[in-house]
Amino acid sequence: MSQLLKIEDLDAFYGDFQALFEISFEMAEAETVALVGANGAGKSTFLKCLTGLLPTRGQRILYRGNNIAGVPAFKIARQGIAMSPEGRRLFPSLSVKENLMLGANVGRKGQWDLAAVQALFPILEEKRDIPATLLSGGQQQMVAIGRALMSNPALLLLDEVSLGLAPVIVRDIYAALPKIRTGGTAVLLVEQDIGMAMQVSDRMYCFQEGHVSLQGVSADMTRDMISTAYFGREKEVQ
Amino acid sequence: MEWINAIVQGILLGGLYALFAAGLSLMFGVMRFVNLAHGDFIVAGAFGALLLVESLGLHPLLTLVIVLPVMAAFGYVGQRLVLNRVVGRDILPSILVTFGFSVILQNLMLEQFSADSQRLSAGALDTASFGIGSLSIGAVPLLMFGAAVAVLGGLNWFFGHTNTGRLLRATSDDGEIIGLMGADRRHLFAIATALASAVVAIAGVLMAVKTNFDPSAGPIRLLFAFEAVIIGGLGSLWGTLAGGIILGVAQGIGAQIDPGLQILAGHIVFLIILVVRPQGLFPKQKG
Repeated sequence: MSQLLKIEDLDAFYGDFQALFEISFEMAEAETVALVGANGAGKSTFLKCLTGLLPTRGQRILYRGNNIAGVPAFKIARQGIAMSPEGRRLFPSLSVKENLMLGANVGRKGQWDLAAVQALFPILEEKRDIPATLLSGGQQQMVAIGRALMSNPALLLLDEVSLGLAPVIVRDIYAALPKIRTGGTAVLLVEQDIGMAMQVSDRMYCFQEGHVSLQGVSADMTRDMISTAYFGREKEVQ
Repeated sequence: MEWINAIVQGILLGGLYALFAAGLSLMFGVMRFVNLAHGDFIVAGAFGALLLVESLGLHPLLTLVIVLPVMAAFGYVGQRLVLNRVVGRDILPSILVTFGFSVILQNLMLEQFSADSQRLSAGALDTASFGIGSLSIGAVPLLMFGAAVAVLGGLNWFFGHTNTGRLLRATSDDGEIIGLMGADRRHLFAIATALASAVVAIAGVLMAVKTNFDPSAGPIRLLFAFEAVIIGGLGSLWGTLAGGIILGVAQGIGAQIDPGLQILAGHIVFLIILVVRPQGLFPKQKG
């Protein structure tokens, strides 16, 4: 499989505070990778670096062979990286349908349009004219994922999809993942639920205090290894 | 009958105030940007019309064909080159920069046009009026009100039914992540300022026909604009029209009691609403 993403020694800062230290990371086209770690480990920060929401000028984030570090967010979006952000970040004064339509503003052609997203999450068609933030948490998450899909991304970033949702609803949302992957879209998901992360991903990374503390093929991992990487000393598994 | 007349004239004047306020409200709504030079830009639009009337002999209302696109272009370029540098979480830099603009503009206009009070004549339109019962409604005030409804209706349609309009509303909600939608925030900000400047041009030309103006007339227009925006509630265009009308009617009634009370009555109503309902009459709904 050809390489989609290659990152070497990525640092990230909020002002003087360093949130990421020398992160090295790789992803192949159409791969699904899970990123786990405790709160404050730098997972969301990492996704913000990939989308250009956090400045990364002068560093190396190779996406399909081009360095996108320092490129403005709107240009990265047009190159095919989309994100369902942490906390969903829907636009309150826009209806469900309008929120979805904004995703299409990126202007990439592909299998995902309004009809396809509404077929994936039928409830979004029923509620299309309601202000997006009046939906239930699970439905809002569907809007956020749908909005990201509308840009027909090559790489979809999902940040904390299950946060604050009931397990049965989380299962409903993850049920959409296979359909999203059939189009060849690579998925990088940040997930607190380790069981879910192991189950749906090809490979996993674990972050701890801004470092990569564990990485490897998901099927080879055990819960013990992950919990050590979560809380304990650094450890590398090949 | 005199009272009804005062109220009707106040409503029509409110249209002009709503036009003053719309641009201010738009820029604040989209980028949390307070433009203290807003009133001076309105007066600059009026002087632009004056220049064209004197040099080309155009009818004052026809000058809009030139004043409007020039001001919109100026707004776009000014936002891209200057104002985008001071947009951000902190509102203070934008206030300082636009305060500076206000001082510079007033002095440039003073230098160019002197401190004389000016007024543009719209010819026969100035004195034309329609009688409804015993009321007499002037053509110019009616035109102002019609223009206000048309402009606010047009903006409302634009925000609701076009992709750029949706992007601007989304930017107003959460500008930080608008880049994820493949949109350049700096360009959207400039579009918002261009739109606001186009409305300022309309307001300026209509003001020039309606009342006297001079280079120092800006700050009081800014004050009326602020009052109309706050009364109506931030983020609602029809609320802005309502705010303008309430301000106009308060001034009309004040003037009817005593001509010296006109401006004061408007301020008093504004203060009462600020105390009783600080979020304004029609605030934007938060989900």
